[in-house]
Amino acid sequence: MPDYRWPDSEDRSLIGKRVPRVDSPLKVSGKAKYTYDVKRPEILFGKVLRCPYAHAKILSIDIRAAERMPGVKAVHVIQGPGSIIHWAGDDVAAVAAVDEVTAEEAIRAIEVKYQRLPHLVNDAEPPTDSDLARLPLGVDDINEMLDKGVPADELIRQIQREGVTARVSENELDELQTIGVNHAVLDAIRGAFVHPSGEVRRANYRKDPVQIQGEPEQAFAAADFIAEGLYGASAIAHCCLESHGSISEWTDRNHLLVHMSTQNVSGIAGQMAAPLRVPAANIRVHQDHVGGGFGSKFGPDRWGIAAAELSRKAGGRPVRIMLERDAELKVAGARPSAYARVKVGAKKDGTLLAWHSESWGTAGPGAGAMPPIPYVFDIPHQRLEYTAIRNHVGPARPWRGSNHSQAAVITMCALDDLAAKLKMDPLDFFLKNLALTGPMQDVYREEVEIAASLMEWKSKWRPWPKSGVSGVVRGVGFSIHTGGGRGHASDCDLSIHPDGSVEIKVATQDIGTGTRTIILMVAADTLGVPMESIALHIGDTLYPPSGGSGGSTTPGGVSASTRRAAVDARDALFARVASALSAQPEELESVNGTIRVKTDPQRWLSWQEACSKLGAISLNMRGRNPNRNTPPDLTGSGVGGVTMAEVEVDADTGVVRARKMVAVQDCGLILNRKLAESSCYGGLIMGISYALFEEKIMDRTSGQMLNPNMEFYRLAGFNDIPELVVHLMTGGKYDERGVIGIGEPPVISPGAAISNAVANAIGVRVPFLPLTPDRVLTALDSREQLLEKQPGA
Amino acid sequence: MKSFEYASPTSTEQAVSLLAREWGQAEILAGGTDLLALMKDDIVAPRRLVNIKGITHLEGVSADARGLRIGALTRLSDLAGHAEIQRGYPALAEALIESASPQIRNMATLGGNLCQRPRCWYFRNGFGLLPEDETGKELIAQGENRYHAILGNDGPAKFVSPSTIVPALIAYGATLKLESPKGRRELPLEEFYRIPTTEAEREHNLQPYELVTEVSLPPAKYASAAHYEIRHRQAFDWPLAVAAVVLRMNGRHVQSARIVMGQVAPVPWLAQEAAQALTGKIVSAETAKLAAAAAVRNAKPLSQNAFKVRLARVAVERAILKAASGGTA
Amino acid sequence: MGNQYPKRGDLSRDASSRGGESEDSSGVSRREFLKISGASAAAPLLAGSLLAGSLAGESLVSESLVCGSTILAAGEVVPVYGPGPLPMEFSINGKEYKANLEPRVTLLDALRDQFDLTGAKRVCDRGECGACTVLVDNRTVYACSLLAIEAQGRQILTVESLMQRSALHPIQQAFVDHDASQCGFCTPGFVVACKAVLDKNPKPTVDDIRRGLSGNFCRCGTYHGIQQAMAQLALTQKT
Repeated sequence: MPDYRWPDSEDRSLIGKRVPRVDSPLKVSGKAKYTYDVKRPEILFGKVLRCPYAHAKILSIDIRAAERMPGVKAVHVIQGPGSIIHWAGDDVAAVAAVDEVTAEEAIRAIEVKYQRLPHLVNDAEPPTDSDLARLPLGVDDINEMLDKGVPADELIRQIQREGVTARVSENELDELQTIGVNHAVLDAIRGAFVHPSGEVRRANYRKDPVQIQGEPEQAFAAADFIAEGLYGASAIAHCCLESHGSISEWTDRNHLLVHMSTQNVSGIAGQMAAPLRVPAANIRVHQDHVGGGFGSKFGPDRWGIAAAELSRKAGGRPVRIMLERDAELKVAGARPSAYARVKVGAKKDGTLLAWHSESWGTAGPGAGAMPPIPYVFDIPHQRLEYTAIRNHVGPARPWRGSNHSQAAVITMCALDDLAAKLKMDPLDFFLKNLALTGPMQDVYREEVEIAASLMEWKSKWRPWPKSGVSGVVRGVGFSIHTGGGRGHASDCDLSIHPDGSVEIKVATQDIGTGTRTIILMVAADTLGVPMESIALHIGDTLYPPSGGSGGSTTPGGVSASTRRAAVDARDALFARVASALSAQPEELESVNGTIRVKTDPQRWLSWQEACSKLGAISLNMRGRNPNRNTPPDLTGSGVGGVTMAEVEVDADTGVVRARKMVAVQDCGLILNRKLAESSCYGGLIMGISYALFEEKIMDRTSGQMLNPNMEFYRLAGFNDIPELVVHLMTGGKYDERGVIGIGEPPVISPGAAISNAVANAIGVRVPFLPLTPDRVLTALDSREQLLEKQPGA
Repeated sequence: MKSFEYASPTSTEQAVSLLAREWGQAEILAGGTDLLALMKDDIVAPRRLVNIKGITHLEGVSADARGLRIGALTRLSDLAGHAEIQRGYPALAEALIESASPQIRNMATLGGNLCQRPRCWYFRNGFGLLPEDETGKELIAQGENRYHAILGNDGPAKFVSPSTIVPALIAYGATLKLESPKGRRELPLEEFYRIPTTEAEREHNLQPYELVTEVSLPPAKYASAAHYEIRHRQAFDWPLAVAAVVLRMNGRHVQSARIVMGQVAPVPWLAQEAAQALTGKIVSAETAKLAAAAAVRNAKPLSQNAFKVRLARVAVERAILKAASGGTA
Repeated sequence: MGNQYPKRGDLSRDASSRGGESEDSSGVSRREFLKISGASAAAPLLAGSLLAGSLAGESLVSESLVCGSTILAAGEVVPVYGPGPLPMEFSINGKEYKANLEPRVTLLDALRDQFDLTGAKRVCDRGECGACTVLVDNRTVYACSLLAIEAQGRQILTVESLMQRSALHPIQQAFVDHDASQCGFCTPGFVVACKAVLDKNPKPTVDDIRRGLSGNFCRCGTYHGIQQAMAQLALTQKT
């Protein structure tokens, strides 16, 4: 039975060490080729015509003028007449031309007629149930009622009583008639009052069934202290620096080669096959480097399909569509917003009893999901309500730590407010309720103590100031988080060639995870050869498939498959050379470029000598994760982490600056300490960014995003980053859990920790992230009116 | 970006004769940091660009007893590092070093900085400078106006004057030289700016065929000055409020003051009330606060930007105190 | 792309450019031009006829839109280029490069699309993010905000110039040592910005570094690594 287990710490030559990222030299020298940098022979440049309206129906498209323009090689209609547009900037048609400016001019020459429909781009607190019943009806609402079998006379009564959101066209009425709507209903619609501000519709809101755990009402009645508050985080963009996009070319009529900026190399072909009507087997996807994904680059996207269609129309010539920055920010995904009114109750001694949240948020056109609240703490008695807002802000996508950062803000800030009300140091309050964090409680306890010491919490924390504050004040706050991380499915081919060279093939990707570095470290450590001697190929569907880089699953996935392949290959090599060393294969070890007898190191072969005994055919082994037939599981899941923040608030201007951040993080067995630390530093920095600056700002009249640029969609800059301290948990009990990715966890808590630090500094909660100067000043000005404030309004 | 023809004259006479009678036909290219972005976004689409960087005599700083003369083509980074400015006009030096980013300062010229277009996100997204919806209602008044004007916003113009350097220049009493085929003219910098009332107008008094050639500053001896800006992000960002203050002292008393606010109105806002409130007084926390309150007394915030009234006030107050504590430059 | 949201008083968009008229190479339609110049079709204006004194009645934009033509301005002949492509020459990383480009092509697009120097990245394309930072005459600029035509005759250095044979420049090595890149897309711009800071002052102060790097942005969060790299370089650089 092969021994796949991770080596003990004293037997590791590379694993767990601070090994430099292997592709850094390429990146710092500008030699790394990203999809945006790929140049193909005869390349054509694609541009996409985008709808300026947030909600509209396409009536007609005329592409003739564009097709006739010199230099234009193909025009493709993405959404034809009859299509409904659900967000401003949605793709309508695409053009491929010999250069970018020609493509741009061709886009201008396409004539589209739209019928505008009422839109909603704010995500303010939903109307109450009774208000909702009085909202004017949209076509969607009427359709929904028809679907539900609401009787015609009831339908007519509602239409007459509540009116409609917009004049319904005769075309739409005809459509309703064809699906069997009777004339009396149609007449009622025709004659209905049209609300002048009819953008809010009943169908914009979908309330989930209430979830109840325990007996919340009785628990609140038994509570000595109850804190109520409003918390939340705005929708933010991914803002990948390399925008989404691809270059597609048909190498013959049935074979497509795609260079794509993606975090999911192995998962793209399958998503392109059906829309392009070509077998996935005929689609090759390639990527060397990717300039960020953060959860937004798992699919080929409509513009990726369009590039392939344009290439087909242009006789197979490569067509590049890379999104412009404005489109990247408008249409390539966003973290859903999440807000909540929270009531939380505890006993005098701080024991948490009950939680009640009425939460809402928007994921754009699709209904979003409630964040996992209450987060980490399994409060015994809970009542959870959630209303999804379906609106026209644009599509949402997973954003580094899907929904966890919003959950942390809602939960950790509510608990912090309760601790303040109890006049308890939040650390003591946390320790009091530690058991509610479940099986990870010992990890959290250890981490909080370390973090408190690194932050010098005890000397910095003071109770909230009671009266008005002015000038520059400081405060500290903290939050805890968890995260997934179990390794994804991954196949890895490892070959040892007779000349001693080693080759690895995995169709994975390196989105900044250090995937390349991790694979090479694991293989080199296992085989006892230098990392530099291994040729690694990733980023191509020619290689065995490996999962997408999401959910912090890549380090676990690729390290496990590589470890298995390397162990099998090494053992097979031992079997071939054992006789030459007059030993049994299991008596051998592979160390420092030699194969030797464990008990008699004088009997050895150099790696090259050993490999030369393979004969003409290379040795190839495939490692696979997960592989339940051959234990052990090399990966784990569920990390614990703590973030502490110290901030400075100018109470006269509302400007918040982070002063110090501490992250203490567990990630099971650490593969590369330097890279794991980098992930934590990156999480803190990205956390500061969304805590203080980031926000998609929508114009209610036009329905458009107003800051689709890097000027007013603010990312934290170099100057906004204070002293950062990162501590990783290490040791036997962490190693035992196997490899767990930490791409996501470190970014979860900074928002909540910073919000808590600001509250600690100024003595009042600023309800929503980002903590902009206007919001801070508003909170300071209107403590007593706090509960009446609404987001986005 | 739409196509254009490109000319690179070597004299101001050539340059102005290459310009057009109306806006939109020809644009002057200096640093290009603003113009190219406007062209990429289709906000302006000139048929001709007149690159004036070949007019070498428009670059450089000269000092004499009458003060400082700064060529319009002088780059912001050169200006920020210029010994005369650092020594004699510290508020300007600070405004310069804080402005934009090193790359922008290396490219942008002083003339271009004076003529840059507003950063209003409605304007930059193609809704126009005085945007309205289909029914003629002002988009900004009913929209996202957190960064918009709190003063001078009675008309349709709600954007704010973008330059973070102009307040200091005006506070020091800068004058501007302009050249056109009709001849030369000179005017105080504050008179260069205007609040447009129709979409056909721009936010300054430059004629489409006119060129900014020079900025002069009177001697600033015996003045105490300061620039103060409040920014959301510490990195490259547009301030939320700017104040520049130049005090001429008579012993411990303020003999006269010039106080200019930026980012608060469609034009750089000369706060006469604040200056009056300070004149004859000794600068103290008390008098600074009173003067700052006077500066924003007539502010009329829009639906979302009441906080800017406070920021403007705080910026003025802090600039006054900073000027007074900085002593004579 | 501009906003196609309909609005009142939008002067930048002109319906006649979509009217299906034939356009000349300038992209300016005949009818549109006549509207600009106010001249009759029968008597096209010659470039030289538009002198300063004729301001009152006429637009000063001439019809001489052909590449390489000249215009008489203030009594002197001034060459006018474009809007079509024209030959351009560049000095990049000490080498000469040539291409035929329209005046509207930016230095960044020329570097990337014509010369395959893709170290400078196109991210915001509006001078807001720093990913396209290059040195022109030893100063950092945003290559996206400089027209290629203006970069002729100037010394352009891109990130590709920093390596000496196969050896990393000390700044690049420090970036590697301190793991100052994750996805790496902002990294070349930062490397160039750091070089400018150290060229100006080999022992930069904290303020020098902060000011010098304020125009570059990273999404993954590598500022800590960059800060460490700069701190190390400031210690080891010879003054």
